[in-house]
Amino acid sequence: MFTVIGERINTTLKKVRAATADRDADYIKDDVQKQEAAGATYIDVNAGARIGHEEEDMIWLLSVIQDTTQLPLCLDSPDPAILEMAYGMVKQAPLINSISLEKDRFDPMIKYLKGKECRVIALCMDDSGMPKSVDDIFNRAKTLVTELENIGFKRHDIFIDPLIQPMSVAAENGTIVMNAVERIMTELKGVHTTGGLSNISYGLPQRKMVNRVFLAMMMARGYDSAIMDPMDREIMAVLKTADMIKGNDNFCMNYIKGVRAGTIVG
Amino acid sequence: MSDLNTITQSLISGDIDSLLEQVKAALEKGISASDILTKGLITGMDIVGERMETGEMFIPEVLMSAHTMGEAVKILKPLLAEGESVSAGCVIIGTVKGDLHDIGKNLVAMMMQSAGFDVIDLGVDVDSDTFMKAIEEHAPKIVGLSALLTTTMPMMRETIEKITQSGKRDSLKIMVGGAPVNKEYADEIGADAYASDAGSACKLAKAMLK
Repeated sequence: MFTVIGERINTTLKKVRAATADRDADYIKDDVQKQEAAGATYIDVNAGARIGHEEEDMIWLLSVIQDTTQLPLCLDSPDPAILEMAYGMVKQAPLINSISLEKDRFDPMIKYLKGKECRVIALCMDDSGMPKSVDDIFNRAKTLVTELENIGFKRHDIFIDPLIQPMSVAAENGTIVMNAVERIMTELKGVHTTGGLSNISYGLPQRKMVNRVFLAMMMARGYDSAIMDPMDREIMAVLKTADMIKGNDNFCMNYIKGVRAGTIVG
Repeated sequence: MSDLNTITQSLISGDIDSLLEQVKAALEKGISASDILTKGLITGMDIVGERMETGEMFIPEVLMSAHTMGEAVKILKPLLAEGESVSAGCVIIGTVKGDLHDIGKNLVAMMMQSAGFDVIDLGVDVDSDTFMKAIEEHAPKIVGLSALLTTTMPMMRETIEKITQSGKRDSLKIMVGGAPVNKEYADEIGADAYASDAGSACKLAKAMLK
């Protein structure tokens, strides 16, 4: 089962920012309903863009969203205090976005996560910066998994983000992350891999084409979650088709249903 | 001048073999290295920057032009007369403290360098003291601050405050950029300019120093 983390409720996006500032609940509800209908597994909620308003914005967004959907939420903030408050508000075990190995982030986040009923996204970032090789990504993933297991996390609840970097700046960025995903999925059995899929196409024209092909290639290597826009119909069609080809779709039923519903078109 | 024009065109299309031949031919004809650099290559990179800003050229094409320029500069550098400076000025650039993102900052640094600035890249996770130290040492005309996280944007403000307190604020221009940053925020924290991409950063930098 591929985990789709719907990325649209993020106050860095202009329309969401305006809707949040104006307390336009209808806009948010409509967007969340559309994401759910399109196949989102989690709704990511990021209220960080209006500096100084994160807490009130998060409270408002969570209450509006939970009036609209039963889907679990992905709580997206670097601030443990905001996450603590949000954790107290959610009705289902959330996915926490995120922990990393950066010292200033790691210590408070481990403290925060300990004993909580939740899943977590773990970024392969440390104080030396973005990973530069397959080994970099894998070693950071391994450390994160070990640390999270030490505080009681099950592998099934850990989503490793290998940090997808754009093709436009270095030709090896695709291969590095694909090889790393395969290694993580083989050697750290049980964890999931996720991440901001569209980073791959930054700086290129026709980004959606790049994102779609990349998703299929990543899925072939074991990638089983993405932070993405579920309302992009074409990429959701690629997702379902690739999942079917991987053998995850009994009797190809989801694929056929998608075709009948008109969401998968050749 | 058609020789310089051809050089400009080859640079824009990232045609490294033709460009190197054309540069050598121009030198043989007696065109000076500094003319080739400023009127041929830098003019070309200005156009590349504009096309990047308008979306006509994409990042890989811009990188290819910059790489091509770097190869041509290798030929020209030893030929520039002693003390002959074609530098547009010194730029100090870095990603602010707590932030480890470098893609955008690297693009800006590369474009600035190609535009003729002496660029001192302080890297990522740069605290305000390190910026201050570099400012005192190099007396830059421009300081560029990058932040990719809403949580590190306040470090831009802090860095600018530090520069102001040091009394150096009037001696330089401050530019800011990064995905969550906008013109409004730049104005609020007292920066001189905001740029949304490396091409416009370069153009703005040149315009501010005129």
